[in-house]
Amino acid sequence: MNFDDTPQEAEFRRTARAWIAANAPRQYEEELRRSSLGRTQLKNANILEVAKEWQKKKADAGWACLHWPKEYGGRGSSPIERVIWQQEEGPFGKLSGMFIIGHGMCGPTMMAFAREEHKRTYLPPLASGEKVWCQLFSEPAGGSDVAGLRTRAEKDGDDWVINGQKIWTSGAHYSDYGILLTRTDPTVPKHKGLTMFFLDMKSPGVEVRPIKQASGASDFNEVYFTNVRIPDHQRLGEVNDGWNVSLTTLMNERSAIGAGVSTGFPELFDYCSSLMLDDGPAIEDRAVRSKLASWAAKASGLRYTSMRAISALSKGERPGPENSIGKLVAGSMIQDVATYALDLQGAAGVVSGPEDAELAGRFQAMLLRAPGTRVEGGTDEIMRNIIAERVLGLPGDIRVDKDVPFNKIPTKGR
Amino acid sequence: MNFDFSDDQKQLRDQARKFLSEKCSPKAVRVVLDGKAPYDKELWKGLAEMGFLGVAIPEEFGGAGAGHLELCVIAEEMGRANAPVPFSSTVYLAAEALLIAGSDAQKKKWLPAIAAGEAIGTLALFEGKGNPSPKNVKLAASNGVLNGVKKPVADGAIADFAVVAARTGSSGRDSDISLFIVDLKAGGVEVKNLTNLDPTRGQAEITFKDCKAEPLGAAGEGWGILTEVLDRAAVLCAFEQVGGSDRALEMGRDYALDRIAFGRQIGSFQAVKHMLADMYVSATLARSNSYYGAWALSTNAAELPEAAAAARISATQAFQHCAKNNIQVHGGMGFTWEFDCHMYYRRANAMALGLGSLSYWEDQLIDRMRKKNAA
Repeated sequence: MNFDDTPQEAEFRRTARAWIAANAPRQYEEELRRSSLGRTQLKNANILEVAKEWQKKKADAGWACLHWPKEYGGRGSSPIERVIWQQEEGPFGKLSGMFIIGHGMCGPTMMAFAREEHKRTYLPPLASGEKVWCQLFSEPAGGSDVAGLRTRAEKDGDDWVINGQKIWTSGAHYSDYGILLTRTDPTVPKHKGLTMFFLDMKSPGVEVRPIKQASGASDFNEVYFTNVRIPDHQRLGEVNDGWNVSLTTLMNERSAIGAGVSTGFPELFDYCSSLMLDDGPAIEDRAVRSKLASWAAKASGLRYTSMRAISALSKGERPGPENSIGKLVAGSMIQDVATYALDLQGAAGVVSGPEDAELAGRFQAMLLRAPGTRVEGGTDEIMRNIIAERVLGLPGDIRVDKDVPFNKIPTKGR
Repeated sequence: MNFDFSDDQKQLRDQARKFLSEKCSPKAVRVVLDGKAPYDKELWKGLAEMGFLGVAIPEEFGGAGAGHLELCVIAEEMGRANAPVPFSSTVYLAAEALLIAGSDAQKKKWLPAIAAGEAIGTLALFEGKGNPSPKNVKLAASNGVLNGVKKPVADGAIADFAVVAARTGSSGRDSDISLFIVDLKAGGVEVKNLTNLDPTRGQAEITFKDCKAEPLGAAGEGWGILTEVLDRAAVLCAFEQVGGSDRALEMGRDYALDRIAFGRQIGSFQAVKHMLADMYVSATLARSNSYYGAWALSTNAAELPEAAAAARISATQAFQHCAKNNIQVHGGMGFTWEFDCHMYYRRANAMALGLGSLSYWEDQLIDRMRKKNAA
C-alpha cells in the first residue's frame, strides 16, 4: 500500500505540472481557489471567456480531453493520466465546468454512435472548447423517469421533424450543439420508442428560455422545439434504440472519477478555525467540534474512496462500485454544512449580500445553490436505487408501465 | 498509486474468512453468548496455529513477522465473524504496548506466548465513567506496587497479564502516568466479572491490592505510549468494525431478498432499498478511512494520529448504523434472541465505547487536524 506514482506516472506528472505552471491563467488562481458552490463567478472577468481561452490553450498544446483519441482532439492518455492531470490542474480545473457535459457525456456518445466524418468534424472543436455542447434529455414529464419523455421526432423525407419541450438543460443558452433524445414511436412501451440525435442549437425552431432558479441564478434552461428539422445522418444509433444510446451517455457521466466532489467541509473548517462565538473560539466549542469531526470523517472517507478508484485505474483495472456514493454523500453534506455555517452566525446569517454578509456570503450562496446538487444528474433517490440495485443486487422497482404502449400510460395523478 | 491491499494480503483475508466460517459459525459464537464458556478456547488455539495471533509480531519474538497490513485484513474477518475471543485486547492492545515500549526481556516473555495462544493480555486503563485522560487515572503505583480498581477491563477475567496505566505523580501533567505489566496469575488482584452489552467479549473489574508490577517503558512516559497504543488499536478495531458492518449489511440484504410481504420481496420497496443503500454508503466511507489508517499504521506515518481518529469515527458510526438497521430490515424477527442480528448490534455498541467513546475521538480528531494545520 502506497501513494507513490509509478515512474511513468511521475514523469507524466512532472510534464503536466511544468506546462500548467508556464501556461495557466495565474491571475485568477486565488479567486478560483476561493470559489465554492453557488459562487463561481470571477469579479473582473467573464468566467465563460476565461474558461474558453484556457481550454483552447490546453487543446493547442495537446492537454484537452486527455483520454480521447488524438484524431478527435484528445491525447490518447490512460485513465490514470487523466486523473493526474486533474490533480495538477487544481483550481484551474474549476474552469472546466461549462465543458463537463460536452466532454463527459456528449463527446463519448458521439464517439460511440456518430458517423466517422461527423466525429472528425465535431469532436475536435468540442475538445478545444470552441464549440460547447449540451444534453437535451429531461422534460417536464420525464425527469428521473427520463424514458417517459414526450418530444416527438417524425420522419419527413431525409429529415426528422422535432416538436416538444426539454427542461433543466444546463448551458443551453451558450451551447452550439446538443444531443437530443426523442420519441419516435409512441405505440410501443416507453423504452422501446426512443431515438437519439445531435443537432445545431442555432437550427430554426429552437428556442432557449433560461429558468430562474430558486437560488436566483440561471444555469438551466427550457428548450422549445417547433418543427425543427434534423437530417437523418445526425441520428445516433438505430431508430427506436435511443434508450440504449442514452445509457452510454449516462454511464459516462457516472464514470468520471477523480474530479472530486465538493462537500463544503474545507471551507467550514477554515471558517470555524478563526470564528469567535460568544463564549470563545468556535473550534474549541464542544458541539462545533463534534459536528466538524463527523463531517471531517465523511469528507476523508470520500477522498480515500476516490483514491481506491484511482488505484484501480493505475493498475489498469475497472474501479469498483464504491465510487457511486460520492454524489449522494456530498450533495446533502454540502447542504448541511452551509446550514450549520449560517447557524453559527446567529441572526446575522440571514444577510446574504456579498458586501454585507459574513465571508462575502459564501455560505449563504452555498445554501441557496445546494438543493440543486441533490437533484441534478440523478436525484438522491435515484442514486440510492442505483446503489441498491446495481451494487447490492436488490430487485428493481416494479414498473407498472413496462409493457404498456407509451400512448396508453396515464398522464395525470388525479 | 496503490492504495489497496496486495494480492498476498487479499489471499490472507480469504484464508482467514474460510477458517473463520468453518471454526466460528454463529452457532459457535452462541456458546459464549449464552454464557456456557468465557471465550472460544478451540478457536483461540486454531488462530494461534494459523499464525494469526502473531501475524504482526516479529519472528524473533515467535510471531510471523508479517506486518500491520496483514493484521488489518485478519481484523476485518474477526469482526465479520463476530469472533468470541480476546483478540483485540491481546493483539491490538497488549501486544502493541509491548512492541512499542517493552524491554527485550518483557517481549521475550510475553510475545511468543501471545503468538502461541498461551497468554491472553489486556489493557487496564479505565476506572469507571469517563474517557481516556490522565486525570481519570487514579490507581496509584509506588515502588512497583499497585493499589486501585480498574473497570471495565476488556477480557479481564480471562487475561493472564495486563498492561496497567497508573499514577506515579501529581503534577497535573501527562508525565504523572506510567505503565506497568502485571502478571494476573501471580496474586495481588481480585477479578470480578461484569455483565456487559456484548457477552461474547467479557468485561471485568480488577482490584489491585499491593500488587507487584513491573514498569513498562520509562517512568512518566505512560501517557505518550498509551496514546500511540490507542491510535494503533483504533485502526485495527476499525477493521473489525468494517467487517461487522459488511456482515450486518449482507444479512439485511439477504433477508430483504428472501422475505415476501404484500406479495413481493421486501427488498423491492424503496423504503427498504434506500435504508440498505445508506448502510452501504456508511460501510464504504468507513472502509476507505480505515484503509488510510492502515497505510499510516503500516508505514508509521506522521499522519497516524489523524488517520486513526478518522477511521475510528467513521467505522464506529458505520457499524452502529449497519447493525441497528439490519434489525430494522428484519422487523420483529430481528428483535429475537434466536436471530443473529442482536449479536452485531451488541458488538457494534460495545466496540463504540471500548477505546473511548465517539465524542472522545471526535475531540481527538479536531485537535489533531488543528495541530497539523498549525504545523
